[in-house]
Amino acid sequence: MSLITEIDKHIQNGNGDSEPAKYVGKDFSSDQDVRWCPGCGDYTILKQVQSTMPKIGVDKKDIVFISGIGCAARFPYYMDTFGMHSIHGRAPAIATGLKVSRPELSVWIITGDGDSLSIGANHFVQLLRRNVNVNLLLFNNQIYGLTKGQYSPTSPEGSTFKSTPYGSIDHPFNPLSLSMGADGTFVARAMDRDPHHLQKMLQRSHEHKGTSMLEIYQNCIVFNDGAFELFTDKKTRPREAIYLEDGEPLVFGKDDEKGIRLDGLKPSIVSLAEGKYSKDDLWIHDENDKTKAYLLSRFFDQPRDETEDHFPRPFGVLFAVERPTYDDGVNAQVDEVFERKGIGDLDELLRGPETWTVE
Amino acid sequence: MDVQNIVREHVTIRFAGDSGDGMQLTGSLFTNTTALEGNDLRTLPEFPAEIRAPAGTVPGVSSFQLHFGSKEILTPGDNCDVLVAMNSAALKANLSLLKKGGTVIVNTSGFDKKNLNLSKYGEEHNPLEDGTLSEYTVHEVDISKLTKESLYDTDLTYKEVERSKNMFVLGLLYWIYNRPLESTISFLEEKFPEKPEIAAGNIKVLKEGYHFGETAEIFSENYTIHKADIGPGEYRSITGNKATVLGLVSAARQGNLPLFFGSYPITPASDVLHELSKLKNFGVRTFQAEDEIAAVSSAIGAAFGGSLGVTSSSGPGVALKGEAIGLGVMLELPLVILNIQRAGPSTGMPTKTEQSDLMQAMYGRNGESPAAIIAPATPADCFDAAFEACRIALEHMVPVFFLSDGYLANGSEPWNFPQQKELKPIEISFEPARNGEESDPFLPYRRDDRMVRRWAIPGTKGIEHRVGGLEKEDLTGNVSYDPENHQKMTLIRQEKVDKIADYIPLQTIDSGNDEGEILVLGWGSTYGAIRTAVGELQKEGLDISHAHIKYLNPFPKNLEKILSRFDKILVPEMNSGQLVRLIRDKFMVPAVGISKVKGRPFFVDELKRKINDAISISSNTNGDS
Repeated sequence: MSLITEIDKHIQNGNGDSEPAKYVGKDFSSDQDVRWCPGCGDYTILKQVQSTMPKIGVDKKDIVFISGIGCAARFPYYMDTFGMHSIHGRAPAIATGLKVSRPELSVWIITGDGDSLSIGANHFVQLLRRNVNVNLLLFNNQIYGLTKGQYSPTSPEGSTFKSTPYGSIDHPFNPLSLSMGADGTFVARAMDRDPHHLQKMLQRSHEHKGTSMLEIYQNCIVFNDGAFELFTDKKTRPREAIYLEDGEPLVFGKDDEKGIRLDGLKPSIVSLAEGKYSKDDLWIHDENDKTKAYLLSRFFDQPRDETEDHFPRPFGVLFAVERPTYDDGVNAQVDEVFERKGIGDLDELLRGPETWTVE
Repeated sequence: MDVQNIVREHVTIRFAGDSGDGMQLTGSLFTNTTALEGNDLRTLPEFPAEIRAPAGTVPGVSSFQLHFGSKEILTPGDNCDVLVAMNSAALKANLSLLKKGGTVIVNTSGFDKKNLNLSKYGEEHNPLEDGTLSEYTVHEVDISKLTKESLYDTDLTYKEVERSKNMFVLGLLYWIYNRPLESTISFLEEKFPEKPEIAAGNIKVLKEGYHFGETAEIFSENYTIHKADIGPGEYRSITGNKATVLGLVSAARQGNLPLFFGSYPITPASDVLHELSKLKNFGVRTFQAEDEIAAVSSAIGAAFGGSLGVTSSSGPGVALKGEAIGLGVMLELPLVILNIQRAGPSTGMPTKTEQSDLMQAMYGRNGESPAAIIAPATPADCFDAAFEACRIALEHMVPVFFLSDGYLANGSEPWNFPQQKELKPIEISFEPARNGEESDPFLPYRRDDRMVRRWAIPGTKGIEHRVGGLEKEDLTGNVSYDPENHQKMTLIRQEKVDKIADYIPLQTIDSGNDEGEILVLGWGSTYGAIRTAVGELQKEGLDISHAHIKYLNPFPKNLEKILSRFDKILVPEMNSGQLVRLIRDKFMVPAVGISKVKGRPFFVDELKRKINDAISISSNTNGDS
């Protein structure tokens, strides 16, 4: 038992009817010209999102993209879904209000490193701890692009940008460790230059029930070109990036010649080429293991070259567990009170517990 | 001793004690009983911002003033007739508010060495002995001791016994003012269903207090206050914050919409969140957000989805919400912002009242960002104002400020509550679905003759569209930096708010003639004090009228005409002159402000004096010119 509101009536009165949708990627392109800098990593992310949408099986009338401020935040204008380009850092809060009141919608938050880790960092961690069932795509380019080139909360120490001519002294956030610390239930990483993997991660984000936090390394060609080159360049990628698969050993290298072993909680890189270790000796990835996922998130070395002793950067789903979502919780409570008390009687409420009559 | 029964037209009682003494509860229970007895009344709770300031000290004193009578009662009373002081700090903090010759009932246990030192009277200067109270009628009662004796044979702990002493006071006051105990007894029974021994103890002490009055032979008089001649109908007692909640829920019901309430706790607004969180079976979802910005943002998100989105706060929180409210203006979504004002600036005085956020509501955002503003005049009027705020937001797709304040929020009065069938309907019409075969394109910012766009919510087929905080082109909503377009859109947003004036009631004169010498123009919670002061000045022969503005932006269409019919316009406000500036600015009239910023409402006598002063000053000025 609950109220049949004007929203329910509107949706039921034919406004929400639709054929089972058979979309192709371009059905999700809006009529607006895309205006990012030529060569910007945002283009490929947009394309992968548009390509993934037909696969998630949701009618586009039920999809909402909400962004904050920054280059990435223009994203909703280019998607032919419902969208809101809101204010700096607040997209998670807006998305929470929408998802709690309209839980049937598929809500996507588009944000950047400045938007979600500086001005909106509070909302970012609150979203994760509440586990609102939305997808958050964090476009990390380690720079403030729209304001033309200041260091961001993910820029490495020592970065020299417009506001840090002598080098940044800010210690950067590790977005995945932060997400783990905030009790996120889905923590993953992808990159703009690996479209196939990115699509897979977008699909996984959609499938996860709860807040899906997908960090996407995105190249800012104008102000911070090459920030992630070690991971994205085909030559260095095998050495510097490790792709995670649930239930599979941690293997990397051009010919899968290296692996990661776990001795207690101490990871080490071992060679699979020398005969001493085989894949059976390696760390088997388990998306449900929080401790190991946190360890993986700490693979955050900032290598300058290959000679330096360092761990590869993990890509893929580090952590994915089920936990009750905030929106479900709110609505379950509302339903339960409706069930127990019936639809509220307004006249009784207006009368209150005690009245008196004046003749 | 024979007790003489005397009829009084109205009485003001002030209960004062340590913040742990339960004076707010005592006052509220006396208020309920008095309301049920058919008196008109107003209350003023005053408490420290600290939950438990150091016991026994002056900053830790909490008080509750109640003015009730058989005539129309519009203020909590200037000074009180009776002061109940549970300890020496309570006496020290409140004695100046007792009328000369008034009555003090003191709890003598609260005047021991320790209390005298804590209250900084000093143990050598017991005000009960040194002549401090020589001009008053003093009743010394050892309330603590009598309470202990009354509960001597129960199993209640020392703490539980100590907490019951406010019931003794209440019982005693019930005897003095001839009030029945039933309503309080049933309240106590319902409050402690799990602990019947505590309920029984409290009820016993309540009755002991009553019988003490009857038998102690220290009171030679008790009083009867006849029922007030308020209009016929069914009444209940209501505080401003509770009336606000009922207004919101009623508007949601009339619009048949779910209500989404995003809020962050802040004094004195938090009760709205508390009350709404109980009303889930009215389709209410409450969200205690991580901060003020998330609170308003979540309400905007819900409004985008078709809910009635409401956020609440007080001045400092509204300052934080400013940017998001601007987003609401830009998106043209319905949004209600409750500002339960308190004394500022900055953190200011959280538990004290003020009306100093009118300019904030009017202008406190970046860019030109017009929003509607409405302000309740009395605790019960919070119902109408909250309802109207929602109606305007929903029907005009615009953010609306509701400016209550701490005095209205916690104050109470009898309310001739409406029935649902008497409430205005609120028409909701969402943009319908499209199948792509329509001859005209879907335009999210197409407007009707009120300049209002239609609410286009997600889940509707064929109207997928984007909105945002960037300047947009009219009709399409597409981002536009075109200079002409920005000029046009700025005017449209203003015109849309201005046109609300066609859909609100005309301004009326509250009392006095429709034209004449002096108009006292007020807004918000000063209503009771102004109405009473102006009423008394009228009786004294002044040609003076009172109008009270509820719709502050836009103003009612006939306001200018009303102003033009008076020689002098006086604007009393609990700020340094905010409405008076808007009036001067908008209508180019030489309105004169009357200001008070003390964290307390105007007293009637004070206001009369200030009105008289203002009249003589402006008469002199006129004489010179």
